[in-house]
Amino acid sequence: MGNGLKKIARSQLIIPLIALLLLIVFNLIRDIEFFSITVKTDNSGNSVLSGNLISILNGASAVAIMSIGMTLITSSCKGQDISVAALAAIAGSVFVSVLRSNEITIPVIIIAFLFCTVIAVLFSLFNGVLVAVFKIQPMIATLILFSAGRSIAYWINGGATPTVQSPLLASIGGFIPGIPIPTPIIIMVIFLILISLVLRFTNLGLYTQVVGINEGTAHLNGINPVWIKLIAFIISGICVATAGCITVCRIGLINHETLLLDAEMDVILSVAIGGTALSGGKFNLYGSVLGAYVIQALTVTLYAMKVPSAAVKSYKAIVIILIVLISSPVVRSFTVKAYKKLFKKQEAKEIPVKAS
Amino acid sequence: MKNGKDLLTVKPEKRRREPISNTNLLMSITVCTFIGMYVLAMIVWKGGFLNPQQFLDLFNNNAFLLIIACGLTMVMISGGIDISGGGITALVTMACVVYLEDRGGTVIGSMLLALVIGIGFGLVHGILIAYMDIQPFIVTLAGMFFARGMVTIVSIAPRTATHADFMKIKQMRITLPGIGYYGKTGNFIPAQIEPGVIVAVTIVIIIAVVLKWTRFGRNLYAIGGHSSSALMLGINVKRTRFFAYLIAGILSGIAGYVYLMHTGAGDAANATQAEMQAIASNIIGGTLLTGGVGNVIGTLFGMLSLKTITNIVIASGLTKPYYQSITTGLMLCFFILLQSVILAIRERGSIKLLLPEWMRTGKSKKK
Repeated sequence: MGNGLKKIARSQLIIPLIALLLLIVFNLIRDIEFFSITVKTDNSGNSVLSGNLISILNGASAVAIMSIGMTLITSSCKGQDISVAALAAIAGSVFVSVLRSNEITIPVIIIAFLFCTVIAVLFSLFNGVLVAVFKIQPMIATLILFSAGRSIAYWINGGATPTVQSPLLASIGGFIPGIPIPTPIIIMVIFLILISLVLRFTNLGLYTQVVGINEGTAHLNGINPVWIKLIAFIISGICVATAGCITVCRIGLINHETLLLDAEMDVILSVAIGGTALSGGKFNLYGSVLGAYVIQALTVTLYAMKVPSAAVKSYKAIVIILIVLISSPVVRSFTVKAYKKLFKKQEAKEIPVKAS
Repeated sequence: MKNGKDLLTVKPEKRRREPISNTNLLMSITVCTFIGMYVLAMIVWKGGFLNPQQFLDLFNNNAFLLIIACGLTMVMISGGIDISGGGITALVTMACVVYLEDRGGTVIGSMLLALVIGIGFGLVHGILIAYMDIQPFIVTLAGMFFARGMVTIVSIAPRTATHADFMKIKQMRITLPGIGYYGKTGNFIPAQIEPGVIVAVTIVIIIAVVLKWTRFGRNLYAIGGHSSSALMLGINVKRTRFFAYLIAGILSGIAGYVYLMHTGAGDAANATQAEMQAIASNIIGGTLLTGGVGNVIGTLFGMLSLKTITNIVIASGLTKPYYQSITTGLMLCFFILLQSVILAIRERGSIKLLLPEWMRTGKSKKK
């Protein structure tokens, strides 16, 4: 029992789980209606699920997908990529420009997606080469695309915010006829399964962690750190392109300025909440994904409490600081000490009672 | 084999082996680039670039950015990062305007308010980062979110200051004697600077002195170079880092007031992306994010280079906003690659040197 508790306490998943639990309990006390899921009929006549829980799962899917790539980058490069949202804007712009020059059919959508994935991977590799080959701090290296990325997207669009309207795209961003679950959730789940299968059946996950913990050791063991870091950036490029396309499909237009605005901060936060140290090393994919849902749950809760959308950031910051503070090593060691003291005192009290 | 005494006496040889520290090398590259760029602009585009007022406007418009970047330089030298500068600036502008307009505050009171906000953020950041051991990126990111959110809580609508005493300060201009230009009608118009520029330049000088000649400044370099070695040398690492973030917070507060003196308006969109521009200024100025290398003078020239390139892009007819950020990106890319290559070459060269000299060029001893 004691061992099991310790194992749970040491697990990286503990922080996002506790945070999620606290949010759920808070909402249960506040308003039980928060959890109600109703079946509604949308504009095109499909019966779909709606409710706060669904909107949490749906709204977080883009950030959750990007956090998968960010986790790998954080783990192997000991730093964060702050250009993901700008890259998503580029990918979305490419996606839209391919779609607009063709009639929208399923093969065209697939080709457009593949094309924008290739572009996003190339841009991501640019970051990757700066980080892995030139050994530049990831945050600095990605600052280049962070400042130039949205302008490149603007340039691809020709300075406009073109719209794409098609029932096919609406079904990717919204609901597929006949299925009541929003499609982004399904894409997210498929994506997570694919990535975890890749990590399960290859050594990529292990190698990534080894490179993150000690690059020299990894090199001596025959792992090429440069290659591992580049793979992390390639996977991140694929994630970013997927997230960008989902968001474009959902809103039906590409706006280089507002597409996934500030999402890079949310993504990094979800990685941090998910228990992956931002200084690299051990990572936990499911933690990061959970972290993304925690952030979205927090946002939706705040909206449900009628907090104005611009002020949400403030409350988010407070909660984030609390979460990080609880998980900080100083506070953890303090609690462990306090726990031990309490335990010992109780034992000391119990013994005299038994003796008497 | 030479001993230590010979090293001190045989000066020519020592100089040949240890030409220049990384900080000074990177800084001089930035200074040369800036001067070269400006002279080129003067020759090619003439017009505005020959006008001293345009040069001074670089300071007038970006005094707040310079102040934020100075605070960031200290934090970056100690090996951390602070991305809350822009948020705090926006919060200070809004809070001060609301205080002056709605609460009938005084100018002195608003200045104190700006300082208090800065100190508040600095204290919280410092405690959380130095004593609680939380990653600086997350803490200051939360600080930025908090500040940006608070701006809209204070007032959602943009506000303009109309307070009489404040307007006097805002419209105050300092005329520089002897420098000026001839207007279209042939009148001599003397060049003017805003009071904020004096504040910014004073802060640059103070911080340059602190970094160069005080124990606190040298401790910052030592911590950034190698924090565990610094700890073994008996430096109070936690306290030094705490003060670095505290000072960065205070400077962000001052920057907010300088911004208010420049624009006279409180707006949630004030100083958007200022933190990223401050980081870019620092990088171009030769401060490394890894810590231990950097200089405030470099930051000053980094900021000037960053803004001059924007002016050049506008002067060359590319007025679309996206060209500016693309050129900024390219310039960052150039400087980052340059630094990486130079440092790599120097590292490789230093391995061949003898041990005493190698230790002299070691990271913790760089100026």
